[in-house]
Amino acid sequence: MTSFWSAWIIILTSITLIAMTWLLLGNRKTGAKKEDTPTGHAYDGIEEYDNPLPAWWFFMFLITIIWGVGYLVVYPGMGNFPGVIGWTSTGQHAERVAAAEERHRAMYDRYLALPIEEIASDPVVRRMGMRMFGNNCSQCHGADARGGYGFPNLTDDDWLYGGDAATIEASITNGRQAAMPAWENVIGDRGVEEVAAYVLSLNNHEPDAGMVAAGEAHFKTYCVACHGPEGKGNPALGAPNLTDGIWLYGGTPSEIAHSVRAGRSGVMPAFNHQLGPEKIHILAAYVYGLREAN
Amino acid sequence: MALSKHDKIEKNVSLMIVLTIVAISFGTLVELAPLVFGDQVKEPVEGLKPLPALALEGRDIYIREGCNTCHSQMIRPLRAETERYGHYSVAGEFVYNHPFLWGSKRTGPDLARVGGRYSDDWHRAHLYNPRDVVPESIMPSYPWLFDNTLDGDITGRKMAALRSVGVPYTDEDIAGAAEAVAGKSEVDAVVAYLQQLGTLLQMRR
Repeated sequence: MTSFWSAWIIILTSITLIAMTWLLLGNRKTGAKKEDTPTGHAYDGIEEYDNPLPAWWFFMFLITIIWGVGYLVVYPGMGNFPGVIGWTSTGQHAERVAAAEERHRAMYDRYLALPIEEIASDPVVRRMGMRMFGNNCSQCHGADARGGYGFPNLTDDDWLYGGDAATIEASITNGRQAAMPAWENVIGDRGVEEVAAYVLSLNNHEPDAGMVAAGEAHFKTYCVACHGPEGKGNPALGAPNLTDGIWLYGGTPSEIAHSVRAGRSGVMPAFNHQLGPEKIHILAAYVYGLREAN
Repeated sequence: MALSKHDKIEKNVSLMIVLTIVAISFGTLVELAPLVFGDQVKEPVEGLKPLPALALEGRDIYIREGCNTCHSQMIRPLRAETERYGHYSVAGEFVYNHPFLWGSKRTGPDLARVGGRYSDDWHRAHLYNPRDVVPESIMPSYPWLFDNTLDGDITGRKMAALRSVGVPYTDEDIAGAAEAVAGKSEVDAVVAYLQQLGTLLQMRR
């Protein structure tokens, strides 16, 4: 704040306080006058008395003025004057964060030093992890972590990017970006249907044999790079196993065809900007332990 | 019987009006005038840019649908809030907001730092029917956002209007606005708006 505006605030506030005090004291009736003296105002036979202010009201007013002056001395309010105790809302926030940090640091450090596999069944970790999961993960993966359409189930043994402890921690820390291209422009609408038929044939369905054969040819040309020659996927790329009957985007013929046609680009956001490594460690342990709890 | 000192004021309406205005102006003069005419809350945070065309349209849909009646965009410097939402809001983040969308009530969570927290797909699923992803949600569904298409006819004029109140849009921004928006669906615009909210300040918690 410039010194002009600082002075502006200080002067106007002071004027207000002085004027209020003057108004209160200058108009005070001392009670020397007799009680119940009429003011001379009379309307329709109703008269107004000219009594002094009730004492409680007068002193309440006085106390608020004194309180106001005291507040402006102690807390910031008078322009650039920071107040004698130097309080700021951001300073108070920083203090409380630091106090919480000090209170929890030892516990976090203890867990951070232990491997995820070891702490995954620790009841304290599970309780904390459940809270953090509810706050940060449940919106997509569900409060029960069973996922939904487009959001993976974390309680089973099927993992897009791998379910070992380090990979889970990396997925939370850096996020994931799936990149299944759209194939319609490459293999055409007919091609899409054929590939879908082939993928269904990997799952104990028996679509038209001609379609399957044609789809297999496409698959071996285009899909094999990520999903592998047998369609069993590749965790390094996040390419799902297409033979296990677990479908992120649905396993009906039309849903599979849609995935092939338009592609899929699911995103897991990165949490390293929001959560420190110690919290991600606990969260990873919670997620890692879900299948046991299951 | 003569009344005391305020007799004159009580019997002179013009004088009373003038003195009343003087008395009630002090609060405004002290609390508002320094913010409006001073500079300390007009300094943008580092990296702050005016909303891109699509996000600007998203903001207007956000206003149209009344999102700000249930969602605030204002994280207070209290640990309970920064633990959940991230870094507290600062004045410099809002210097290009006309109007402010701080809100005053949280039926849903604060959205000041929702940018990047969820994927675009999640936002689309959630806007289509919140209960598809959050079963206990009481937020209304907004399926028409998926059907309505933007034409961008007046996007450039909106930008020009904002420029007249100090938002630094360039001539290129305004010229390219219609093209950037035309043909996009309303949900694209809302998601573009949401995904940029509060991404300039980050805090680990």
